[in-house]
Amino acid sequence: MTSHHDSKGPSSGPLAKTFAALAKDGRKALAPFVTAGDPDLDTTLAVLEALDRAGAAVCELGVPYSDPIADGPVIQDSYTRALAAGFTLEKFFEMVRKATGRVKMPILAMVSYSIIYRRGIDRFVDDAAAAGLAGLVVPDLPLEESDVLDATCKGANLALVRLVTPTTPPERAAEIARRSTGFLYCVSVAGVTGARTDLPEGLVERVKWLQTKTDVPVLVGFGVSTPEQVKLLSGVADGAIVGSALVRRVGELAAEGPEGVAKGVESYIADLVNAAR
Amino acid sequence: MPTPLSPPLPAGGISQVPDAHGRFGRFGGRYVPETLSAALDQLQAAYDEARADPAFQAELDQLLAAFVGRPTPLLFAKRLTEYAGGAQIWFKREDLSHTGAHKINNTLGQGLLAMRMGKKRIIAETGAGQHGVATATACARFGLDCVVYMGSEDVRRQEPNVRSMRMMGAEVRPVESGSRTLRDAINEAMRDWMGSVETTHYIIGSVVGPHPFPRIVRDFQSVIGKETLLFCKKELGRDPDCVVACVGGGSNAAGMFYPLVEHKGIRLVGVEAGGRSPKPGDHAASLSYGNAGILHGSLSYVLQDPDGQTADVHSVSAGLDYPGVGPEHAWWHDTKRVEYTSVTDAEALDAFDLVARREGILPALETSHALAWAVKEAARRPKEEVIVVCMSGRGDKDAAEIARLRSIEKGGAHA
Repeated sequence: MTSHHDSKGPSSGPLAKTFAALAKDGRKALAPFVTAGDPDLDTTLAVLEALDRAGAAVCELGVPYSDPIADGPVIQDSYTRALAAGFTLEKFFEMVRKATGRVKMPILAMVSYSIIYRRGIDRFVDDAAAAGLAGLVVPDLPLEESDVLDATCKGANLALVRLVTPTTPPERAAEIARRSTGFLYCVSVAGVTGARTDLPEGLVERVKWLQTKTDVPVLVGFGVSTPEQVKLLSGVADGAIVGSALVRRVGELAAEGPEGVAKGVESYIADLVNAAR
Repeated sequence: MPTPLSPPLPAGGISQVPDAHGRFGRFGGRYVPETLSAALDQLQAAYDEARADPAFQAELDQLLAAFVGRPTPLLFAKRLTEYAGGAQIWFKREDLSHTGAHKINNTLGQGLLAMRMGKKRIIAETGAGQHGVATATACARFGLDCVVYMGSEDVRRQEPNVRSMRMMGAEVRPVESGSRTLRDAINEAMRDWMGSVETTHYIIGSVVGPHPFPRIVRDFQSVIGKETLLFCKKELGRDPDCVVACVGGGSNAAGMFYPLVEHKGIRLVGVEAGGRSPKPGDHAASLSYGNAGILHGSLSYVLQDPDGQTADVHSVSAGLDYPGVGPEHAWWHDTKRVEYTSVTDAEALDAFDLVARREGILPALETSHALAWAVKEAARRPKEEVIVVCMSGRGDKDAAEIARLRSIEKGGAHA
């Protein structure tokens, strides 16, 4: 696809289309995070279809990693379960290929740079594009180390979603916002992932400021779990990311099998989607 | 003895690392969540400022002298040399440092840095417990709050050190995730730091982690190599022929080797944990058997599966039981400046016994790896040659675990 907006890379890709359609309807994005392979990849496939039916705008699919330093106990435990159940990248990409053939929401991989580096940057990006992923979120790859992956993703028309946090100084935050493609992930609190009960102070101002620094939507994550929080965030941000709260639900429902998990997840996410406007 | 942090070194490339991005050749760097970026920048700036401040250096030197007991001596291991029957074996006595290992050199330096940054809370990870004790010690001395993360398997193996830390007011938090060893303790310390970074300094215990940690820890430990050079010149009138140190993350080895790397005539040898066998999962020898990969914030040699998941590792020694190694060692490995080899659990245990009985020193199990190699090598070298072993720590902490292992081996008959 040719575009005059080369610097944006995937600005004309599936993520841009999704956000444009939401804007047209006056809605905000609800972006769930789930761990691939927890408790198994069949369940993850069923969950992805359920999220799509529930109206999730975009999904972040967590690639289990043995040493996830950015994640709290809920996601860390889900990674441990998935790895213990025999998760591999080959099986992951195979499942993603099936999923992207069945759902309309774009799917991104949330993946440690350790895993990308070991597979080889070109090979990982090729595999991701071939499986139909819309982009990558790489939580342990700061700006300074990201040039090679950035260029490779652009070449494959994959988004590289970047993160800003409360500890990021303004000048650096502006640079991250400018270079993020697909959307910008605004981390609401300093700390690891995990559901929290209320939204931190200063977040509204920060999101508004970030929106002036980037052309891509700004989504807020870390600690989002309830429709009330989603509604609050929708007043200012372009969307909300729900992670640990959903991963916990998947873990609790696991004994009920793929269909049981999918059903529970669908009703939970549908309520959040309704609040995202 | 005043020992400047950055001594004048002979011109050359190998010691002129890291660059501004923390690169040792292709290794090193900073692969961490964005939440930590600002704190690492702050640490780098504070460290550069401290290096340029004579008052900082003077305060550290004073502590190293009166609190740690530096300089540590170099001891001729007479009966061990006789046993080997070849080159002379000398011990650089880091085990005589306050708290019984080299780790204190780094924790005092980083403790002073934390205070310069206005941070009152310290976190640390520990494997063998030596770094935990050294951190608890520095915090008690400076009046800082201290939390130490330690794998629950290591809490069991290194119980005396756990007791010491608690006596000095540190909180020891056992880590139950993963392999419940050093790697998991680092993960938990980093997670703590993600949420506390504005008030807390993380005193990492080895030359690992994101930039600028590998450089800072190396610099604070370089006092070991500098003293060794000075002592050899004064007492022997020349440089040693060979210097050997054990390598887990690699801090005692980095501190010993860094001042020596430009002295081309000195053979440098790092000894990794060969564990039970060279099979994956049976050892912790990242440089001997690993691949380039990223772990705990930097690019180095790591033990991973083909998907990039960190492999399980094993060593009889808790301080070497780590699936990665400092990026500067990866640089020295690839430039062939330092030779890296490994010895097995059994060889290390035998070296422990040998040094205990022939020298009256209980060496740490970590150090016993370097000793095992030195005894083998000395037997092959002429009597004129001098091999210096970095006696990185004392082995009291290991005595109970060694007795337990020996009694399993000998069906409980060992007295």
